[in-house]
Amino acid sequence: MISGRPVLEMHHIGQVFPGVVALDDVHFDLMQGEVHVLLGENGAGKSTLVKILSGANPRSSGQILLDGVEVRIETPRRAQELGIAIIYQELNLIPALTAAENIFLGREPRRRSGFIDQKRVVTDAQSLLDELHAGIDASRRVCELSVAQQQMVEVARALSLQARILIMDEPTSALTGQEIGELFALIRRLTQRGVSVIYISHRMEEIFEIGERVTVLRDGRHIETRPIAGTSREELVRLMVNRELKEHFPKVRVEPGAEALRVEKLSRRGVLEEISFTLRRGEVLGIAGLLGSGRTELARALFGADPVDGGRIFIKGKPVRIGSPRDAIHQGIGYLTEDRKGQGLVLNLAVRENICLASLARFSRLGWVSRTRESNAASGFVDKLRIRTPGLGQQVRYLSGGNQQKVVMSKWLCSESRILLFDEPTRGIDVGAKVEIYQLMNKLAADGAAILMISSELAEIIGMSDRVLVMCQGRIAGELSAAEATQQKILNLALGGN
Amino acid sequence: MRVKSLFLQHGRQLTTLFVLILLSAALWALSPHFMSLSNWLNIAQQTAINAIIAAGMTFVIISAGIDLSVGSILALSGVVMASALQAGAPVPLALLLCLVVGALCGSANGLLIARGKLPPFIATLGMMSVARGAALIFSDGRPVSGFAPGFRAIANGEFLAIPLPVWIMAAVYLIAHLVLSRTRLGRYTYAIGGNEEATLLSGVNVKLHKTLVYSLAGLLSALAAILLTARLNSAQPIAGMNYELDAIAATVIGGTSLLGGEGQIFGTLIGAFIMGVLRNGLNLLGVSSFVQQTVIGAVIIVAVLLDMMMKKRRS
Ligand SMILES: Nc1ncnc2c1ncn2[C@@H]1O[C@H](COP(=O)(O)OP(=O)(O)OP(=O)(O)O)[C@@H](O)[C@H]1O
Ligand SMILES: [Mg+2]
Repeated sequence: MISGRPVLEMHHIGQVFPGVVALDDVHFDLMQGEVHVLLGENGAGKSTLVKILSGANPRSSGQILLDGVEVRIETPRRAQELGIAIIYQELNLIPALTAAENIFLGREPRRRSGFIDQKRVVTDAQSLLDELHAGIDASRRVCELSVAQQQMVEVARALSLQARILIMDEPTSALTGQEIGELFALIRRLTQRGVSVIYISHRMEEIFEIGERVTVLRDGRHIETRPIAGTSREELVRLMVNRELKEHFPKVRVEPGAEALRVEKLSRRGVLEEISFTLRRGEVLGIAGLLGSGRTELARALFGADPVDGGRIFIKGKPVRIGSPRDAIHQGIGYLTEDRKGQGLVLNLAVRENICLASLARFSRLGWVSRTRESNAASGFVDKLRIRTPGLGQQVRYLSGGNQQKVVMSKWLCSESRILLFDEPTRGIDVGAKVEIYQLMNKLAADGAAILMISSELAEIIGMSDRVLVMCQGRIAGELSAAEATQQKILNLALGGN
Repeated sequence: MRVKSLFLQHGRQLTTLFVLILLSAALWALSPHFMSLSNWLNIAQQTAINAIIAAGMTFVIISAGIDLSVGSILALSGVVMASALQAGAPVPLALLLCLVVGALCGSANGLLIARGKLPPFIATLGMMSVARGAALIFSDGRPVSGFAPGFRAIANGEFLAIPLPVWIMAAVYLIAHLVLSRTRLGRYTYAIGGNEEATLLSGVNVKLHKTLVYSLAGLLSALAAILLTARLNSAQPIAGMNYELDAIAATVIGGTSLLGGEGQIFGTLIGAFIMGVLRNGLNLLGVSSFVQQTVIGAVIIVAVLLDMMMKKRRS
């Protein structure tokens, strides 16, 4: 439902950070009721652009017009007043508060006495969450929710603002197909009411499903704005990365070698139920399942991050006891967590320091760290994964989301673990870099590493796995070979059918 | 360009240094005595004790902790050492004993925090009381005094015309700097303070390193006890009262964030000097100790405010 003139126009937008020109003379406009997609590689400047609108980047240059009137957005509060709501790429919830308290933080409905109307906070929040069919109890604390559920809470919070411009910076990076469907249905309802949406995502199929126009950024510059209808995926990718990308899943199959990891009846009350499987060298084992099916819990249990109630773990055929992440790492296991900000990165340490954090012992003698060897290793990964950073000494907090993800990935590649547990390894990573990561996985497998890959992206699971385990309610609902695995079969199993 | 990158890297320390220079200039204008070599050596000597404790505090605060027990640990290790000296123990042995007592108290803190999962504030608040009580029990509440000249030389000896405590302080800071910037312990201290969960999930022995950090703080308190006892020629069970506040102040003025994960050791040294210079200058000006107290408090607040404003400007 696009109509009339733009509700929002941005002209000659520029933003400079120390050592980085994040945006250079960018133009952007948004029609009423439109879903306008922002597309670009990791570090292209998408988040920076929308943060200017949300008042989080007040030091930008250029002109912003709302309904043709020039505005200055200096604080997040001002943005709210202007009817702009944003869902940031990184989760910004307060873990110790409930979902409801987070949704209404700073805008709590009050009773006449001046106290917060706790009942209304919960009921209003619950109805927002229900509108999303999120299946989340609004009175649960956020720290008990999974990353995907937290993303739903973020969406609900943005909705509660009743904004006329809604910005979503990778809202679906941890969601599975069904939740994405709910979200899209909701976006359609909103746009029908005249709300305009700026949508950022690296999942290309979403863009075609929900977007009306697309603006491509590259290296902080505006490349093109065009309607999505009539544009092919290949064209968009080329505009984005400025080179030809042939295959999206360049899977190379390796003859599986000896057994690397065997799990027998691993259980944790209420979370995992008698999980058994084998993982061999050279193999990529995909783990699919819905939100809350126990995928992440399985990885955490294998890594010693959570205690288990029963079951046995064998590595190279020998029984092992894994009581802590340290034990796991000694056994050659690495775990790339799904929550990069909370569990993957030390934001105020440098790129180099984060990459080497899990393997510092290798770069030091008698406790003394060799910076040269550390830098050599780190710069290898920065080149290989094309991490966009002004230097190895840059604090990771200043990297774009996708580049942060590449740093976490590098940390585990650097640790030279032979059994890798990847939990949403390509979350927030652009199409070009994804292919590079898949190629790296191929190479790891060819070198005899064993990979367990959890992913919410079914295409990725199907495209990159040698075998797929589907989880449902803490159990393994079924196993599919690469040849058998189709979206439909996986979904059936994930929903508890067969 | 070099200047710019220097500023980006060490901007925070340069601001603190600038405050110190400004303060010194003001005091010089007010009291010509201030800018003499002997006065500066005096300041350095008086700053040494706080600075040494603050070095340990900096490690603790970077790891996102706090240590309230440093003053009490100083008192306890001081009276234990003094009693050993009086009982005729050779000086090196007494010094070693002192350092061991300090390190043990520190590791007790560390174990309570890392293994017992107590909040650092609570664990060290308890230790503050326990160690103080132990010092009083051990010494019967009386000062232990009168030592051989060999021991007292630690405080009044000189090397190249510079008092030994100043040398010791310099050595502590040099080593602390190297440990923080070049060793695994240092790296893990920042990492734990920045994101303990991520550090743990990277396979770092978080418990061990936390314990080491608190042990180090205890050890440095004991080192300060040696200097103080030698200077006063007496060990007091009530020594070191409020020293934790001075150490925290020096650390925070020096730019270390109480939230952890950030900070530079030389910032703390400058912070300790700001406090030392201020005390010395106010003394020279004949300002009463009551007023001094107020002024120092105000300076702490202004210094931190200034820093936060600068930080905002830069980001
Ligand atoms: N506060 C900051 N300080 C320094 N550099 C920054 C800051 N914020 C962003 N940058 C840099 O600006 C560039 C653009 O970042 P931005 O976050 O906008 O990328 P993005 O397009 O959202 O990428 P992604 O897809 O990875 O999320 C990056 O090179 C990033 O490192
Ligand atoms: Mg981004």
